[in-house]
Amino acid sequence: MFLGREFEEKCAEMYYRGKMFGFVHLYSGQEAVSTGVIRLLRADDYICSTYRDHVHALSKNVPAREIMAELFGKKTGICRGQGGSMHMFSKKHNLLGGYAFIGEGIPIGLGAAFQVRYRREVLHDESADQVAVNFFGDGTCNVGQFYECLNMASLYKLPCIFVVENNKWAIGMNHPRATGPSYGDDDPFIYKKGPAFGMPGVLVDGMDVRKVREVAQEAVARARRGEGPTLIEAETYRFRGHSLADPDELRLKEEKEHYQARDPLPQLKKYVLDTGILSEQQLAELEASVRDEVEDAVKFADESPKPEKGQLLENVFADPKGFGIAPDGRYRYELPGFSSGTAAVS
Amino acid sequence: MQRSCFLINLHSAARGQLRAPAQSPWRTAGRAARGALHVAAAEKKQKLMWEALREAVDEEMEADPTVCLMGEDVGHYGGSYKVSYDLHKKYGDLRLLDTPICENGFMGMGIGAAMTGLRVIIEGMNMGFLLLAYNQISNNAGMLHYTSGGQYKVPVVIRGPGGVGRQLGAEHSQRLESYFQSIPGVQLVACSTVANAKALLKSAIRSDNPIIFFEHVLLYNVKGETIDGYCQPLEKAELVRAGRDVTILCYSRMRYVVMQAVQQLEKQGFDPEVIDLISLKPFDMKTISDSVKKTKNVIIVEECMKTGGIGASLSSVINESLFDYLDHQVIRLSSQDVPTAYAFELEAATIVQPEQVIEAVHKVVGAPVPA
Repeated sequence: MFLGREFEEKCAEMYYRGKMFGFVHLYSGQEAVSTGVIRLLRADDYICSTYRDHVHALSKNVPAREIMAELFGKKTGICRGQGGSMHMFSKKHNLLGGYAFIGEGIPIGLGAAFQVRYRREVLHDESADQVAVNFFGDGTCNVGQFYECLNMASLYKLPCIFVVENNKWAIGMNHPRATGPSYGDDDPFIYKKGPAFGMPGVLVDGMDVRKVREVAQEAVARARRGEGPTLIEAETYRFRGHSLADPDELRLKEEKEHYQARDPLPQLKKYVLDTGILSEQQLAELEASVRDEVEDAVKFADESPKPEKGQLLENVFADPKGFGIAPDGRYRYELPGFSSGTAAVS
Repeated sequence: MQRSCFLINLHSAARGQLRAPAQSPWRTAGRAARGALHVAAAEKKQKLMWEALREAVDEEMEADPTVCLMGEDVGHYGGSYKVSYDLHKKYGDLRLLDTPICENGFMGMGIGAAMTGLRVIIEGMNMGFLLLAYNQISNNAGMLHYTSGGQYKVPVVIRGPGGVGRQLGAEHSQRLESYFQSIPGVQLVACSTVANAKALLKSAIRSDNPIIFFEHVLLYNVKGETIDGYCQPLEKAELVRAGRDVTILCYSRMRYVVMQAVQQLEKQGFDPEVIDLISLKPFDMKTISDSVKKTKNVIIVEECMKTGGIGASLSSVINESLFDYLDHQVIRLSSQDVPTAYAFELEAATIVQPEQVIEAVHKVVGAPVPA
């Protein structure tokens, strides 16, 4: 959690210093959700994220160095500089990716869950008990893929967990302005859509990592037992604007202060000190090591080489025959200039 | 994943030796101007195109347990054009997955499954329905091998019936090639004969690239033979008829429209070369440029829309790279840029007819060249 916060705050600093560009959506304030769910998962479980994906990647053990280098647009980045802030993928860590359009990641995570069931039942692989966790926001709960996938997850009883990080705001659209109230309520409760699709729906305080973890434990166990999906609505808040380009003019000071007072980090610190899990000194050492890790990530990213032009045409096709046949009869990828990125490919 | 497979040698194929089995003589059935064509029934082991496609799916599923098919009514119903008829009995409901009607959802699910180790065939009950899945096709199938820096592969075949059928109305008579052709990272393949339908689909299933595979509603009952174990290169065009007056480039059902015209043109003393593009993206520039250099004239015949269509791209490439060889400007015969009407006459006026091909050859070549 602390790494997530430090990393994101460093991103803001680097963005304003002109080290990274584009749309950068920070996760500060929501750490308890990522940590509460993902730190519970096994290395071979899948997660699927959105454009606000840096901290999900960190929680899944993707090295901070490689994420920062990706943000700096360097070839040492986790996606060789070809993805960027909103497209963090790590096959090694079963991070299925960050998806920049609302809702498009949900069916991808569902596909991973389908693959698990397929491997178990068709390929008779008894080790296939992984779960796939989809993260997305309140704004996404009004898009078709959400409902399509709730239905299919339930229909096929897939080991898929839907985690809605309800931070109340879809850019400038306040949640109750975008979503009709659930039946019998004055406000919309997303978790109540779970039972409508044949799965448990759970509401949890997304600012409290221990509560999130408890709820996630139940959902993961249920999915691993083959009992199907769960919908979790985590009530949370982002401390910054939608992205670093957002002037954040609509959210009221009182609302921000309300959630600032529930900041998940001081809560956790107090808990570990009160219970004696860590001493003041151990905590300070831990924090120092996290800060060092983030500084190291920046140094690594800064010093890393930029992608060479030859990278341009790599990775368009898994099989480069996809570039087709040149007038001389050779496949285009065999042409001189292809590996330097200067060949004509259309 | 490479399995042993009779893949024709590229270099010999590039020299124009790759030909579909003999499928002539063509004759029209019913409405002469636009009817589906049938081959003479004399040849051995004749089968219909849907049977050939079904064989391809069956063989690949049998050979590789990670191959599966998903889509609306592909399981118990057997597919809207019978391509997966009865396969669910052999492979079960998970491998022949009947999905709810939610194109974006099941397209994404197929892509997610492909990213994590399966080889997924995704059927659009009608290709036009896949417009609903455009986001997943473009942003995920097309892009994520690249955006992930090469980490994830998306071995999917997105296939189904498309094109202008018989008075199906505008929404079911779409020409989708133009929509899909500019998506980076996907290959577009259009089958046209029984032989190439099976051999191309087998290759598409084995490919690590996302393939959008066009079948045509009016060709499912075309008859022909298949070649056992044959996998056809996805990037390679087919020389349908060698000739020297003009190069006619076509694909899918337009191959038959062109060949109807060619019957007349032959009688009139013309000698056109006919090439079936097969690969709509990328174009086989070896076969195309060899032919253009020989005939110096090009007519493109497509069912696609004229604006932003396959012919538009192909014409540009030919003008850019083969301009010096041309004796006449490139002619494009495309569908009209209008929604496809229901009424027979209006529908016929929307798509290219053999008479237009004959007229275009007359215009480009002039008087027949004496043999």
